[in-house]
Formats: sequence, structure tokens, C-alpha cells
Amino acid sequence: MTFLSYLVSGLSLGSIYAIIALGYTMVYGIAKMLNFAHGDVIMIGGYMSFVATAHLGWPPLASVLLAMLVCTVLGVVIEQLAYKPLRAAPSLAVLITAIGVSYFLQNAALLIWSSNPKSFTSVVRLPSLKLFDGQLTISSVALVTILACVAIIIGLTFIISKTKIGKAMRAVSEDKAAAQLMGINVNQTISVTFAIGSALAAIAGVLLCSAYPILMPTTGAMPGIKAFTAAVFGGIGSIPGAFWGGLLLGLIEIFGKAYISTQLSDAIVFSILILVLLVRPTGLMGRKISEKV
Amino acid sequence: MRTTRFRILSLVLALGLFVLAGCSAGPTSTTAGTTTAKPAAAIKIGGIGPLTGGAAVYGSSVANGAKIALEEVNALGGLQFELKFEDDEHDAEKSVNAYNSLKDWGMQILCGTVTTTPGIAVSAESFKDRIFTLTPSASSTSVIEGKDNVFQMCFTDPNQGIASAQYIAENKLGSKIAIIYNNADAYSTGIYEKFISEAAGKNLQVVSTTTFTDDTANDFNVQLTAAKNAGADLIFLPIYYQPASLILTQADAMSYEPKFFGVDGMDGILTMENFNTDLAEGVMLLTPFAADATEARTVAFVAKYQAAYNEVPNQFAADGYDCIYAIYEACKKAGITADMDAAAICDKMIAAFTAADFNIDGLTGENMTWAATGEVAKAPKGMVIEDGAYVGMQGGN
Repeated sequence: MTFLSYLVSGLSLGSIYAIIALGYTMVYGIAKMLNFAHGDVIMIGGYMSFVATAHLGWPPLASVLLAMLVCTVLGVVIEQLAYKPLRAAPSLAVLITAIGVSYFLQNAALLIWSSNPKSFTSVVRLPSLKLFDGQLTISSVALVTILACVAIIIGLTFIISKTKIGKAMRAVSEDKAAAQLMGINVNQTISVTFAIGSALAAIAGVLLCSAYPILMPTTGAMPGIKAFTAAVFGGIGSIPGAFWGGLLLGLIEIFGKAYISTQLSDAIVFSILILVLLVRPTGLMGRKISEKV
Repeated sequence: MRTTRFRILSLVLALGLFVLAGCSAGPTSTTAGTTTAKPAAAIKIGGIGPLTGGAAVYGSSVANGAKIALEEVNALGGLQFELKFEDDEHDAEKSVNAYNSLKDWGMQILCGTVTTTPGIAVSAESFKDRIFTLTPSASSTSVIEGKDNVFQMCFTDPNQGIASAQYIAENKLGSKIAIIYNNADAYSTGIYEKFISEAAGKNLQVVSTTTFTDDTANDFNVQLTAAKNAGADLIFLPIYYQPASLILTQADAMSYEPKFFGVDGMDGILTMENFNTDLAEGVMLLTPFAADATEARTVAFVAKYQAAYNEVPNQFAADGYDCIYAIYEACKKAGITADMDAAAICDKMIAAFTAADFNIDGLTGENMTWAATGEVAKAPKGMVIEDGAYVGMQGGN
């Protein structure tokens, strides 16, 4: 019973990592850049939902939609202002810019909402699920998180494999120049990628704050790093990789805490990452790329 | 292959950068100082504490409480004081910077720091510089150890741990105890260690001990499940209120309802924006100050504080208030004047604080006295949260 309860916790945490990791991996796969501001877009999503429910009294679902809308716009604006001018620049320059954007967002949140932690009211207001005569209690947030993650991965796979824009994304990811020659609007495709990634960040933010209801300007930082780790773990650029990477990372973290040591949980997570990268440098599901030197 | 390897290297590098970014992320230091300017001949007291950041509630409470005391003391017309309070964001490095800028300002006495980790760094500096230091709430023994010029207004961590164990044992609050503490935090670990050794002597049965760090302070399901499976009916939380709020929420979602027993870091949980205070119902904590006390001094302070800041003062505000009064009394006793230099003041203040006939009646305790080590002697009060407010516990010492 305890095992099952840990399993649910691990899956729920892993699902949040997976949703965030999808944002990292999509942007990396298509724009070939690490968007380190992604974790902070999550935090903005959390605050948006908080403002809508706690201050404006909106229903939870409307607050999620508002968060998605704001984050989508934010993601596209960040891309246009900060990353697009650097498209031809070396990747290190874009990386540093992304870190700059991350700082900018954290400090903007600090100015707007102050540093005092806010307690987030869960958007899932259903009672916990009790199984086996109350021996196993599963919180409704955990269930919704896992379901949302599965729905997102199915939806995303559909968009990428079946729709026109998905085809364009795959083409840009494969070869930017050739895609452009084939008449694909590369800039627009990248913008759409950022829009989808940021909308996912908003969902992740709301779910993260619902499961762990504390909201501060640095709320997105640590989950952002963990999700990035998950994306690398699964193979950055690969969508199923981000999904499995996120889930595994959540499970390893919770089981490591439960059965090995609460003190070493992060050490265990990152040691496994290093081991995987030693054996498979491109991650669990990353494509082997043999680039010409 | 070289590019692939380069890419992995850059990923790892980038990760490292981001970890760094995550650690130091925060606002640049701002001086939200409370300066009460007085004509010449005012003794300059410097204050340091978090006015922004996760622990902001402690620093601003201390600053507000100290400001009220300062106005009262200055209104008496005797010795005049000037207070400048600097922000350290609960960060040791920024705290030392704040200390240095206060020194440049001409600080003669330090009232700080508010939190423990910065306190350890700053007290080492003030010991070197011979500036008399009275900390309102940095409770670790490491803050005062080996420094004859550093005194505490709050209990030391060991005292909190020992007092908590005694309180739980004497009032038979729980038979099976679980502990969840932050092993990356000196404050939390310090209380835990003393609690566990005192608990053994008191025949308290500790059935589960689990930890977390600031980076893993999200998911407490594992820790709570461990406590639940061990049959714990009381969870001791020697931690700050932010993670405690998560623990209360997650225990509620698990339908696990043990008693929760906190220490002074739990103070602040009721003022957290949007926090459902129902979750904190019945949470117990040891704290030296009760805002609902009926003695005249507390009633007057609470009224004044509410009028000025529109909230009920917590024990940190009371600590800040008592600090200024203790400094005032000691200055009067030692015959300190504003034209003395910090080192001379320091020696006289140490003599005054450790003198056998020096005792202070304050908000946080009657007849408080100080040992040469810097520790304060006073009795803690047991409090319980009822209907969203602190109420004195029955049968406590």
C-alpha cells in the first residue's frame, strides 16, 4: 500500500517534470537552443492563476485559461525580442540571453508580487480518492496531473505527426535551410513552437502550485532545472524522451527518498543522470547524431 | 563526434550555470531602511535582517518592533538613539555587506541579525571589530559561541529543542513522535539534535525521522507517509513556516491528522497570503510571546503595532522591541554616550549585560538575564492555533 502511494506521488511529480520538459525539448528540437527562461514562465503561469482566483475571484478553469493565454503571449514576445535577433549568433550568446531573460522574469515577479510567499489554492477542488478501505489516499491533484500529462503527450504527438504545422516543425528541426527552400516559414514555425511550449509551461505552473501550494518568484527555478535534467535524461529534442525522462526522474526522486535516504534524494537523481549520459551520451531516446567536423 | 562531445559539455556547463543562477537568484540588495533621524548626540544602532526574500516576515517584524521601541525610548527624553535597518535577504554574504555599510554609516551597536545563517557570518565580523551585538532572533549557539560581545534575545536552538521535548513529555502531547527537519539549515538541525537527545531522557518515543533540503522542499508525501506508517501521533517540525505550510496541506490531502508541534520558525504561518488557516488549526508551537496576553505592556504594544502596521505583531516584532529596550537599559547602566567609539561601548555593554543585577522585563519574558556566553534565560510559553489566532496553551510552564 505504501509502495502504491509512493508510486502515485512519483508519477504525479514526474508528470509535472514531463510537462515542463516537453517545453524544453520542443524548443531545443526546433530552434536548437536551450530556453532557460522556461522555468520562470512556469512561475508567471502560477502567479497569473493565483491573481485570477485569489484576487479576482475567477473560477479555477478560467484562471488556467488566463495563465495559458498570458504565458503564450509572453513566450512569443520573449522569442521575438530576445532570441530572434540572435538567430545567426553563436549558441553560447543565445544561452546567456536566455539566462538573462530568466533573471528578468524573476526580478519582475519580485517587483510586482513581492517576495512574500503566497499560498496557492489548488485549482482541483475535488475530494481525495480513498481506496482499499481508506488505506490508500490519492489526492485529486495527483490524478489530474497524471491525466493532464497523458492528454498533453497524446495531443502533442497528434499535432506533430498529423497536422500541417507539425510537419513544418519536423522539417525545420531536420534542416532549417532546406525547410525554408521548400516554402516553410521558419520564423513563424519557431514562434508557434514557443507558443505551445509556453502554454504547456502555464499548465505545468498551475499543476505544480496546486500540488505544492507555495508561490514565490523562485518557484519555477528548481523544477525548471529538474525538468531540464529530465529532458537531457530522455534525450533532448525527443518528445517521447521528455515524457519518459520526466516520469522516471519523478519516480527515482520519490523512491530514492522513500527507500534509500531523504537526505540524498537529489544526489541520487543527478548520479543517475551522469551514469545515463556516460553510457548513452544522447540520452535514453536521443537520436545518435554523427556530425561532420 | 567532437561536436557531440562539445554539446554535452556545454549542456553540463549550462546546467551548472543555471544552478548558480538558481542559488543566487533574487533581487539586488535594496536599503529599505528605517531611519529615525535625531539631532546630534544619538547613539547609532544598526539593524540587519531579511526585509525581502522568503524570510522577509521575520526581518520586517523585527524592524517594525524595534522602531516602535526606539520612538518610545527617545520620547523619554534621556539617551537618544538612531536606528538604521538594512536588508540581507536571509543570505550570509549580503548580510556581511549590509554590516559593512552600517559600519561606514558609523554604527556603534548592532541589533542583528534576525536569522541564523547570516548571523554566524556577521557575528564573526562584529567580534573582530569589537561592536556590541544583540541578536533578536538568530538562535543558533554558533552565533554566540566564543564571542564575548554577542548576546541573544531569543532562546538558543538547543534550548528550543530541549524545551520542546520537555513540554511534549510533561503535557503528554504525543506517545509516538515523528520529526521532519531541514538538514541543510543550521537552525533546523540544531534544534533537532537537542530535541532527539532530550527526548531519549524523557522516554519520548521517536518513531520516524526524515529530512529535506531547500531544493527538495516540495514533496513531503514520502516523509508524511513514513510518519503515518510508523503510527506517529505527533509530528515535531523544527522548521520555518513555508515548508511547514506545505506539510500541513499535504497531510490534509492524505487525510493524516496527527498533532503538529513547531518552534519559533512556525510563527508567520498565519500571516501568509491566501493561506487556509483551517489547516493550521490545532498546531502547537513554543514561542516566548503571546499577542493575546492581557498584561499591560503587551496590550499597549499590540495596539500600537496594529495602528502602525495593520497586523498583529508576532514574536519577532516583540524580540525587536525588547532588544531596543535592553540596549537602552544597558546603555543607561553603563553610562554610555553617543560620542564614545564602538569598541569602548562594546566593553562597557558586555559588563552591563553580564552584571548580576541586570535584568529586563520585556514582552518576551519577565526578569530576563544573560549569561557570559550570551545566552538569555527566560521561560517559553506554549501556544496553540485556535480559530486562526495564537492562544496560550493550558497547563504550560
